Amino acid sequence: MKIFIPTPLRQYAGGHESVAVEAATVGGALDQLVAAYPAMKKNLYNETDELRSFINIYKGDEDIRYLQNLATPLAENDELTIVPSIAGGAGTANMTGSVAEAAEVSLSNDEVRRYSRHLIMPEFGMEGQKKLKQASVLMIGAGGLGSPLGMYLAAAGIGKIGIVDYDVVDESNLQRQLLHRTADIGKPKSASAKATINSLNPNVEVETYNVPLTSDNALQILSGYDVIADGTDNFPTRYLVNDACVMLRKPNVYGSIFRFEGQVSVFYADSENKYGIKGACYRCLYPEPPPPGLVPSCAEGGVLGVLPGIIGTMQAIETIKLIAGIGEPLINRLLLFDALKMKFRELKLRKNPHCAVCSEHPSVTTLIDYEAFCGMPAHDHIADAALTSSQTQIQTQPSTPMSMQPTNQANGEITVQQLKSRMDAGEDLFIIDVREPNEYQIVKLGGTTLIPLNTVPDNLSKIPKDREVIVHCKMGGRSAKAIEFLKSQGYTNLKNLTGGINAYATEIDKTMPTY
Amino acid sequence: MVKVTVKFFAVGRDITGSDELMLELPEGTTAGEVLIQVKQRYPAFEKVAALLVAVNLDYADTATVLYDGDELAVIPPVSGG
Ligand SMILES: [Zn+2]
Repeated sequence: MKIFIPTPLRQYAGGHESVAVEAATVGGALDQLVAAYPAMKKNLYNETDELRSFINIYKGDEDIRYLQNLATPLAENDELTIVPSIAGGAGTANMTGSVAEAAEVSLSNDEVRRYSRHLIMPEFGMEGQKKLKQASVLMIGAGGLGSPLGMYLAAAGIGKIGIVDYDVVDESNLQRQLLHRTADIGKPKSASAKATINSLNPNVEVETYNVPLTSDNALQILSGYDVIADGTDNFPTRYLVNDACVMLRKPNVYGSIFRFEGQVSVFYADSENKYGIKGACYRCLYPEPPPPGLVPSCAEGGVLGVLPGIIGTMQAIETIKLIAGIGEPLINRLLLFDALKMKFRELKLRKNPHCAVCSEHPSVTTLIDYEAFCGMPAHDHIADAALTSSQTQIQTQPSTPMSMQPTNQANGEITVQQLKSRMDAGEDLFIIDVREPNEYQIVKLGGTTLIPLNTVPDNLSKIPKDREVIVHCKMGGRSAKAIEFLKSQGYTNLKNLTGGINAYATEIDKTMPTY
Repeated sequence: MVKVTVKFFAVGRDITGSDELMLELPEGTTAGEVLIQVKQRYPAFEKVAALLVAVNLDYADTATVLYDGDELAVIPPVSGG
């Protein structure tokens, strides 16, 4: 049978890619390998002659740890593969890089005390901890997912953490983004995240990139890190990070959330990754982005604050496993979490042989314009136009003809000042609020009729045709759509409240909350 | 006839107003044919260009034939962070 030798170990095996041996067990086969190439011994075994924790041996595609370890029997045509795990350090080849590097760093007495709960686990030990110390992880986004991710990676003793985020801390972030505190409102997220990480573990080197990640800077920024953890909040950046990781042959620890649901996976498309698994990339799952506005972001659709705590924490676990070389990574598996049902499901994924970026003959070989590709901006800053187009999709009655196309036309508008003076004058106004009932409960104008946008077609009988109808929503986008629809139904006397109820709250009645 | 459960996730739940749908289908129906039915029933799905489909938790393509008791999961992308 054959033993396949990984690139970094070939120098100890006469430069051979594989070595033929005759043995009845895995242990016997390795003994023969060491007999022929004594320099292999220190790379495979520790001082007590046990297989080093960062050396994985696969029989076929199965880890011998899940078989009978060194006693695993071998048949005539079995193939063994030696798979060393990440050794950390910079450079693109480090995931398959030199095993010997792990020995180059040492832990101080302080570090030994700090990380003792790692060190006493035989699966992890000093070797695992040194690998964390040597490793660098780049977090894309210091928001909901980046918060638990960054804090656990820092606590665990990752040597260097990079943070890419150019946003500033907003009050509405604090419900879930634990890296930031009330006092940080208005500060750059990257600076706030760095301060939190530094106070958690001063041993960690933190590098911040207070810039948008773009096709111009992505390869340069990502290339300095061993593992990339994608916790961004928008599709263009997700495709950018995916493609850059594929091109740089880096693992991408992916997490994404939506209201009460989350997804986690590890995209590791490098055909020579140490796991010997041809990993799917994000584009294998989703070759094309959804149309603009269909899938609401957190800012648009809301999110349960604890949810990124779960998903980001799982990203931290996967990142640490990749670096320490322990366990089974989430490659080619997509974990779906549903917080309301409290259910996990795992989907098996497969590399798409025609993937535009990670297949053998990719059509995308350089980074492209991802905002153009996705038809949306690379941030989730709220725009009511996006909110409205997403919510227009929320229909459960397909038979209803709805021709609500987004429009930027300034139809009949009424400003909040005009509305206020007409209300003060005691005019009898007919105002419809086309927001959702939960938004109506947050804040409302007095004397309005609530008819959520999607239900407008079913409630025409409630809307008079023979008088002026003022329509409002949160910021003016949905009400514009409602007006478009009402016009198509023969309404002529319509006014859109410019800026919606948020404008009313900021300009007229400061006791009203904005959201 | 075969009975198939279609599971919806994320924005799919908003579009359909539920998280699953039971369908009775002629023998030999493919995942792609079910998607067409789902899109007819819920036109907003038409716009979701990229839908990941999995049959019995395993990655599937539109040609995958469905059998009695199969579960077809329809998973749109999500982007939040
Ligand atoms: Zn791919």
